[in-house]
Amino acid sequence: MCGIAGLFAKTRDTEARLGTDLAAMLSELAARGPDSAGVAIYRDPVPEGSVKLSLLHSRGDEPDWARVAADLGHALGGHVALEVRGGSCAIARADAGGAEAEACLRAVAPDISVIATGQAIELMKRAGAPAELIVRSGLSALEGTHALGHTRMATESRVTTEHSHPFSTGPDLCLVHNGSLSNHNRLRASLRREGLTFATDNDSEVAAGYLTWRMAGGATLDEALEGALRDLDGFFTFAVGTRDGFAVLRDPVACKPAVLAETDDWVAMASEYRAIAVLPGAEDAEVWEPVPGRIYSWSHEGEGTTRPDASTRGDLTGVV
Amino acid sequence: MSTVEVAPAVIDLAETTIRELNSRLHAAEDGEGFRVLHPAGRHSVAAGLDSAIDVEIDGHVGYYCAGMSASASLRIHGNAGPGLAENLMSGRVEVTGSASQYAGATAHGGLIAIHGDASSRCGISLKGADVVVQGSIGHMGAFMAQSGRLVVCGDVGEALGDSLYEARLYVRGNVASLGADCIEKELRDEHAAELAELLAAAGFDAEPGDFRRYGSARTLYNFHADRVD
Repeated sequence: MCGIAGLFAKTRDTEARLGTDLAAMLSELAARGPDSAGVAIYRDPVPEGSVKLSLLHSRGDEPDWARVAADLGHALGGHVALEVRGGSCAIARADAGGAEAEACLRAVAPDISVIATGQAIELMKRAGAPAELIVRSGLSALEGTHALGHTRMATESRVTTEHSHPFSTGPDLCLVHNGSLSNHNRLRASLRREGLTFATDNDSEVAAGYLTWRMAGGATLDEALEGALRDLDGFFTFAVGTRDGFAVLRDPVACKPAVLAETDDWVAMASEYRAIAVLPGAEDAEVWEPVPGRIYSWSHEGEGTTRPDASTRGDLTGVV
Repeated sequence: MSTVEVAPAVIDLAETTIRELNSRLHAAEDGEGFRVLHPAGRHSVAAGLDSAIDVEIDGHVGYYCAGMSASASLRIHGNAGPGLAENLMSGRVEVTGSASQYAGATAHGGLIAIHGDASSRCGISLKGADVVVQGSIGHMGAFMAQSGRLVVCGDVGEALGDSLYEARLYVRGNVASLGADCIEKELRDEHAAELAELLAAAGFDAEPGDFRRYGSARTLYNFHADRVD
């Protein structure tokens, strides 16, 4: 199975309670997969020229994060602010480029991996059920513009923190997946030849890498997802986050469930309606089942919020 | 002898577990009425019923609502998740909103009336029940359906009736494509009469003459030794 949740704030009030609401959604889905859990929350962006690094230490004792911050700052020749999110995860902010910061971190703390970089994204993951991640990461206290969550029932690669979703393979982009891909090994090899790197043998990480590759080539998120419909073979319901927005896509066979809901305050997606029922105002939301093979996306870019209009939503509505 | 109106018992799922709800419904006797509040997308609401009770559910339900039930009459005021009325044996299940995947799968008897749309695999492996949809349905409708009737007032997705046996399919809107061994058949008077009955039973207003009938070409029924290389 696996459970996916996504929440996109349309008002300041929803932004203020984003972490609380996503935690509630993810908790409802825990029974769909208690192997590991992860969240990505887009919040409090750093300015151009600076970077946020989401750090993970998954083996052995928890690191001395203050020392990591000091060493990284020293290597970069500037101050590094570091916020610990539950012992094994931390968010570092540095006045540097992402590649430079990653290279310096590898040099000063080789046992710590960077699981996301960007200006707004903050990513935390942990083996075990979502409850533990939620408590230890302090998710409920975080405000943000949009967020994705995942609770995993592993079907095709090992249960480790590194194999947990979301997967982030490019700046501010991340993906959560319910399903399984059948052509991920060949696709991973192709993407490696294009210069992408992968941290695991997980199929979903390849899907994230594919989108990163398409978007690095100039595609919009919607265009990259159109490509995914052609090039990814297998079952999937994806939710994808970018700096400004999020999107949902199901493969054309659509075995894997998904529900979308929208109010004046938020857009939410989840594997099941019960994860949406916990949101304020859910009883008055417009609720529909995303049509197989159709891209649904929302963005904070520019004025207000863009969203698919009713005519492009398809005529099949329902709840999964 | 005068009849006495008895107010339905109210069960609030904000305070009661699904197990308690279903235990009470299973212990109920013919003619009793229930109103279920705050289902909030929970699974297995009113599953496995086995008496002629009347159940009104106020809100959206999750997976397997009314699954395996017999004799009961249910009305869901909202949407239903995957597996609505799966393996229904008899009785009536009505949804005022839409239903998700595989509504009425393997259902043996009774009527499933969906006011909105149904998603993919509606009536998959149908075994005798009637499924009547006022809106549209998704792909793989009535896949391997063996007996019963599927009526769709709206449009139908790809591969309708793939590997169909004896179930009868009626569609008013567009059919994206027919599955293997499913063909259009003549809508004769007896079919129009059957359709009128089904539409009336579901409470949907539609003209039987506007529908097209589909069924099995029966070419997949038997194993053909001459197809073996």
